[in-house]
Amino acid sequence: MWTWFYKLASPPHVYGLSGMLAPWFLGIATLTIGYGLIDGLAFAPPDYQQGDAFRIIYVHAPGAWMSTFIYTTMAVAGAIGLIWRIKMGHAVAAACAPIGASFTILALATGSLWGKPMWGTYWAWDPRLTSELILLFLYFGAMSLRSAFEDAAQGDRAAALLAVVGVVNVPIIHYSVVWWNSLHQGATVAKLGKPAMELSMLWPLLSMLLGFMLFFGAVLCLRLQGEVLNRERQANWVRQAVKS
Amino acid sequence: MTVGAWEAFWLIVRRELCLSFRRPEQLFQPLVFFLIVTTLFPLGLNLQLSLLRDMAPGVLWVAALLSSLLSLDSLFKSDADDGTLEQLALSGQGLVVIVTAKTCAHWLVTGAALVLISPLVAIALNIPSFAFAIMMASLTMGTLTLSWLGAIGAGLTIGLRRSNVLLSLIVLPLAMPLLIFGAGATDRAISQIGAAGALYFLAALCVFTCTLAPFAAGAALRITLE
Repeated sequence: MWTWFYKLASPPHVYGLSGMLAPWFLGIATLTIGYGLIDGLAFAPPDYQQGDAFRIIYVHAPGAWMSTFIYTTMAVAGAIGLIWRIKMGHAVAAACAPIGASFTILALATGSLWGKPMWGTYWAWDPRLTSELILLFLYFGAMSLRSAFEDAAQGDRAAALLAVVGVVNVPIIHYSVVWWNSLHQGATVAKLGKPAMELSMLWPLLSMLLGFMLFFGAVLCLRLQGEVLNRERQANWVRQAVKS
Repeated sequence: MTVGAWEAFWLIVRRELCLSFRRPEQLFQPLVFFLIVTTLFPLGLNLQLSLLRDMAPGVLWVAALLSSLLSLDSLFKSDADDGTLEQLALSGQGLVVIVTAKTCAHWLVTGAALVLISPLVAIALNIPSFAFAIMMASLTMGTLTLSWLGAIGAGLTIGLRRSNVLLSLIVLPLAMPLLIFGAGATDRAISQIGAAGALYFLAALCVFTCTLAPFAAGAALRITLE
């Protein structure tokens, strides 16, 4: 029953599996992001306060969610590699870091573009913005620590530990708008009970989130393939896979 | 002969203190750095006292942060270079005990000393004396937390070339919440509005870090000493 799970620790299996999954993820992501963009940008009603400017939420909010989600994924994968010494855990963590950093930059950039018309400034030293920026620095720290070691296995473990330590920032980002008086608006979607958002606005947003998740899955699969090939370059199966 | 964890702890603390007092220049350098950095700001701000007073908490805290970062280099480096650290790790004592002892000793000679000379800097920065108590309390908790965060960072970067820049890259993001609450508490103490909230947050961060960081720093040493 658990064989499929144990198999995830085997590099050739992971290589094959991610090669198989990537096109599916990419295909469905294109559909959901396509629907979300068209419906969100063209058909959803404008906000009664923010007018059409609110539409940047369709890129900004999923991007911000992904930035913390990927960080958590990276830390969990790193912890798996650290605790059970599973090499594939480190490979996933290494593949996650640049994607997560990109989503963080996306969230920061779209957020500051949104901030200009709404708050009158591109950047405010606001708790949520600051903690998102810290998240970006944490990504950079983990990436540079990994590459600083000559022994790749040691770099993997060091970066994994740093990622686990940095996880304390994730709940801080999530609750920053609740704990502090923040310019940033509070939770509108992930609330218990009825979401504080019109359904015609919400559907494209959820579709975008699903699309971003799948897009992350697709990019992760492709990067993971590269990581696995690079890490296992001495192995026989890689030679055969490259030749064929 | 077996040595209990407590005994080992005190032995290492005593050794560390002994070593640092034999090399007083290493002891004074971070403090002098702290003084110099805080001197730079008034000079750069054209000696406008009103402006200086508004900026003082930030200047004080950033200088404390940088000076503490500078002294982290000495935490494990010399012991790692001459092999003492490996011998300690092989001694049968848990790495957590060793790291805790080294970090406590390090804080005593850097952080605590910095807190003690902070009133001097505070006077120069035009901070009113009624704010000193809260300022020193916040700096005490802040430097302790910093030492611990730094121990994780220093443990992760042992033996790396050009580890200094990397160490800052790792430790500074983790230290940012500390800066916010520490400078916040000092600022509120100067303007005489309740600083308790920021102090409580700072205390929470300090307790949280002091409880969990020893294990993280021990794990970091285990990774880099392999």
